[in-house]
Amino acid sequence: MNYVETKYFKINEPISLESGRELKNVEVAYETYGELNKDCDNAILLLHALTGDAHAAGYHEGDKKPGWWDDMVGSGKAFDTDKYFVICSNMLGGCKGTTGPNSINPDTGKEYGLTFPVITIEDVVRVQKKLIDFLGVKKLTVAGGSMGGMQALEWALAYPDMVSHVIVIASTPRLSAQSIAFNAVGRNAILSDPNFNNGDYYHGEKPEKGLAIARMVGHITYLCEEAMHEKFARRFQDKDSPNFNFDIDFEVESYLAHQGQTFVDRFDANSYLYITKAVDYFDIAKKYGSLEKAFENTKSKYLVISFSSDWLFPSSQSKELVNALMRNKKDVSYCEIQSPCGHDAFLLEYETQTKIIRSFLCLQ
Amino acid sequence: MSPVNDHYIKSKGLHLNYSIITDMVETGATVLDLGCGDGTLMKMLKDKGVFVSGIDISEDNIVKCLEKGLPVIQGDIDEGLHEYPEKSYDYVILNQTLQSTEKPDYVIKEMLRVGKKIVVSFPNFAYWRVRFYLLFNGKMPKSKILPFEWFNTPNIHLLTIKDFYEFARDNDFKIESKLSMTKAKIRKSLFHRIFDNLFTEEVIFLCTKI
Repeated sequence: MNYVETKYFKINEPISLESGRELKNVEVAYETYGELNKDCDNAILLLHALTGDAHAAGYHEGDKKPGWWDDMVGSGKAFDTDKYFVICSNMLGGCKGTTGPNSINPDTGKEYGLTFPVITIEDVVRVQKKLIDFLGVKKLTVAGGSMGGMQALEWALAYPDMVSHVIVIASTPRLSAQSIAFNAVGRNAILSDPNFNNGDYYHGEKPEKGLAIARMVGHITYLCEEAMHEKFARRFQDKDSPNFNFDIDFEVESYLAHQGQTFVDRFDANSYLYITKAVDYFDIAKKYGSLEKAFENTKSKYLVISFSSDWLFPSSQSKELVNALMRNKKDVSYCEIQSPCGHDAFLLEYETQTKIIRSFLCLQ
Repeated sequence: MSPVNDHYIKSKGLHLNYSIITDMVETGATVLDLGCGDGTLMKMLKDKGVFVSGIDISEDNIVKCLEKGLPVIQGDIDEGLHEYPEKSYDYVILNQTLQSTEKPDYVIKEMLRVGKKIVVSFPNFAYWRVRFYLLFNGKMPKSKILPFEWFNTPNIHLLTIKDFYEFARDNDFKIESKLSMTKAKIRKSLFHRIFDNLFTEEVIFLCTKI
């Protein structure tokens, strides 16, 4: 794939949010790959995970690294750009071009910070729908991993006539208490950073330590014991014996520190707070009365994929989703991919995923 | 899960078997196919206007079913069908798979719970050629339907027509109908009916819970 660039779409009318509040002047950063066909029904909307962005595939000019799902998006790949019109946008509340807490509030001329309204996955999808309508898409496939899978589910339930295929990867219809707990630790790290300043830090020191710790916790949950052992075991970083102080001793410590540090350069702490909250709130069973009721009126074909070593969004939660669909006699397929990579597998195990997704989409 | 080999898949026998089962199921019915393999039977049923869903353990078979546009769930039928409510399918099918399950009694019990009717087919181990093979060669029988060596066969619970009748009696389910096949033909002659267990190569049962 050649160079791609991020485009921007301004929504003229205000967006009503689930919380009852409104957002004005919402702007959406998005990228597209491939061409929309005459019937406007060959679109695939990719939905990114917690810290992703609109740049799913290809290269930005001057970049050495391609988009976050480049292994899966392109000519002849799982999401084949020769056949499909692939769209990816940054989510509402994000910090990669779409309106979020680091955007300027038109009423005050200042960054929103914590005055940004609390958003939900439903709100995120409502904004994506505006983009899809603007692009002229009439029918689409929605696909996403982790939090992206939640958005895919929300799409299928909110717009049953528009969504032909739903691909939910390493995701869940609702977080477990354990996963909410990890998000809470991350948020607490940010909120208690001395530089946090109640979210108003855009013109001074940023709450980098808090955000880095949040990312470190996150990274632990994206791996698994086996993956960590494989990667680091108990090895010391660049030496053979301990320091006998509290500097970095182990390779795993160094890895986490590195992940934390590179993250603060590319992500906004307020966005982390808002997005993790949206993930925590997502619960379609509660919204519709039960998981089975939620899917009563869905018309899409579903493909659910989980990974054997993923303990953050475990297979049991994917199966719960599959069972609810099955009991409604919906067209649902499920595959558990054997992988030692933990939750991160959805970004790494692209060969098996490609086989499964391509065959799922081939008759479309 | 499906123990049948490629050779057999290409043979007429299995195709006859598929079309017999397809004829058994009426348009508009709901079918759960256990050990659905590459989805050939499901596809035939779907083309007839049957709502189908399959379960298979192998990733390769999941891909093959998806390519045919068939809904399929990766799972191990030996673990039961817990998540399926009672009588939630008109038919639950176990085609050429019973003999390779680890807990055939449990699998059938679960099928009878979930399905209003169940279809079970298997190779008859009392077929005269099988008996003769063991009698004259003194080795574990091999044939088109049973092509494996004793040490690598997935067919770990081989049975005969007589065994299945006994099993039905002991487990309180009713055999509604039975079709006997030999050399890819349905056999209905009086002679065949008398010596059924001896001259039937494979058999398809339709059963219900009493």
